[in-house]
Amino acid sequence: MRPSPVMRRLVPAIAISALVLAACGSDDDSSSAEAAATDTTEAGASGEACSNTIDDGVLTVATGEPAFYPWVIDDAPETGEGFEAAVAYAVAAEMGYDADSVVWVRTTFDEAIQPGAKNFDMNLQQYSITEERKENIDFSLPYFTSNQAIVALEGSPAEGATTVADLQDVKFGAQVGTTSLDFITDVIQPSQEPFVYDDNVGAKAALEANQIDAAVFDLPTALYVSGVEIEGSSVVGQFPADAGGTTDQFGFVLEKDGALTSCVDAAITTLADNGELDAITQEWLADFTGAPVITVE
Amino acid sequence: MNDRPTRRELYERARRRRSNVIATISTIVVVGALIILIPMSPGWDRVRQAFFDGDVFRESFPGLLRAFWLDVQILLWSTPLILVVSLLLALARNTRSPALFPLRAFAIVYIDVLRGIPVILLVFLIGFGVPALGLSREWANPLIWGTVTLVLSYSAYTAEIIRAGIDSVHESQRAAARSLGMSSRQTMSTVILPQAFRRIVPPLMNTFVSLQKDVALVSLIGPVEILRQAGIDKATYANFTPYVAASLIFLALTVPCTRLADYALARQRRRTGATTIA
Repeated sequence: MRPSPVMRRLVPAIAISALVLAACGSDDDSSSAEAAATDTTEAGASGEACSNTIDDGVLTVATGEPAFYPWVIDDAPETGEGFEAAVAYAVAAEMGYDADSVVWVRTTFDEAIQPGAKNFDMNLQQYSITEERKENIDFSLPYFTSNQAIVALEGSPAEGATTVADLQDVKFGAQVGTTSLDFITDVIQPSQEPFVYDDNVGAKAALEANQIDAAVFDLPTALYVSGVEIEGSSVVGQFPADAGGTTDQFGFVLEKDGALTSCVDAAITTLADNGELDAITQEWLADFTGAPVITVE
Repeated sequence: MNDRPTRRELYERARRRRSNVIATISTIVVVGALIILIPMSPGWDRVRQAFFDGDVFRESFPGLLRAFWLDVQILLWSTPLILVVSLLLALARNTRSPALFPLRAFAIVYIDVLRGIPVILLVFLIGFGVPALGLSREWANPLIWGTVTLVLSYSAYTAEIIRAGIDSVHESQRAAARSLGMSSRQTMSTVILPQAFRRIVPPLMNTFVSLQKDVALVSLIGPVEILRQAGIDKATYANFTPYVAASLIFLALTVPCTRLADYALARQRRRTGATTIA
């Protein structure tokens, strides 16, 4: 196996540091040598690694086709409008790429996880971070933590539920490959098997076709679906973020063992620490406390 | 008769043996080359991890098999319905009376339209569209409308196969039957159709194999059958091995069917006296 690009870059840096340390025998010089070694490591983590993109000087960011509100407004991520578009540009800026150096491409879920060369540096379309997935792809640190929420039409048996026990006889629907689906099967555990759709549009169509009683989405999507897309529907309940021992955290998908991961992580940490990530969340995602919280005993 | 093989038989036997040896060697060479060469490609490690992960295979296989039962059920429901509807369509298209022109026209439009739309689009249009008219929960069931879609689409294909079979029966058969005093209906049911069906068994089997795979499209409107279950597992593990497992399960059904179709074809060729030249 060939060494990962990070290692290839770090090895010379470590070697140089070792040489410097070896050359500087006296006590008073060792502090400057340590400083030099620290500098090199830092450059390796955020500076040099960050330049390791598929196209030189350009950061290629992928999202879904189409990208949905409120993650990207009007399916136009280049505008920086919408939560994920804004996060992508903020992360890019931390990594040293101005807005003009960010290029958008579109991928499906499968394209993001398939083996071989990727056509993007980082991919964000509400990918939930899970241990199983980490076997095949790299995730960045999370940029958002989501609650699950239930959308139903008026008169649905899901209305008025306060605990998971009230939802046992509800026919649910969700999108394939989402934490929402896992949430239904693992936490709610309804008596009827849920229906599963390729995308949220399918779940919406099934609600309107009276094929399911309720659909589960992450909260921001649920708010959009109920408020804008399906007339007569509402968010009838939301679950605490850590309900059922599962936290749904969104992260960037990156190439497995790729050089950029540490750089993206560093950028997200900075944005989280300086409050910018919170500001973006406030700007693009409605602060929602209206729906009753459904408890998981 | 003398039991000793003739010189010709001996010669043919030798030729057969030689053919077998050549076929065996060439198979070994080709398969061996694939086994050796594919793992030498630079991306093989990643591909093996993403498509042939033993743990993921073991975890997902039982669930996939369970989900496959739904495919089989849909298949068993739709196949007889398709045969009935397509036969009616083919007969409608073959009517000759001027008064039945509307029936002919309907059959032609039905076949043109439903055969011309991709099944995947029909599944969405019918599976979500019809129930949205305001059907009750039981009747809005996507399993019903998914099956209806398959019947609509595949009966259009199959009707054309049956019609071709009917047309392939020589006109003299009909003339002879009518001259014996048989009615038009008797001629069709006892003379034309039996001959037609014997001829169209291979293409019908082919369509049946195709249907076995298209059943998976019903998953697009909700039901969790094998393709969907594989998609769920794929997303869970971020690994394509469940698709490989699902493919194997499909093969276990389709390969015997294709073999059967081949056998039917070969038997028909023997019967009709067509020569088989290798």
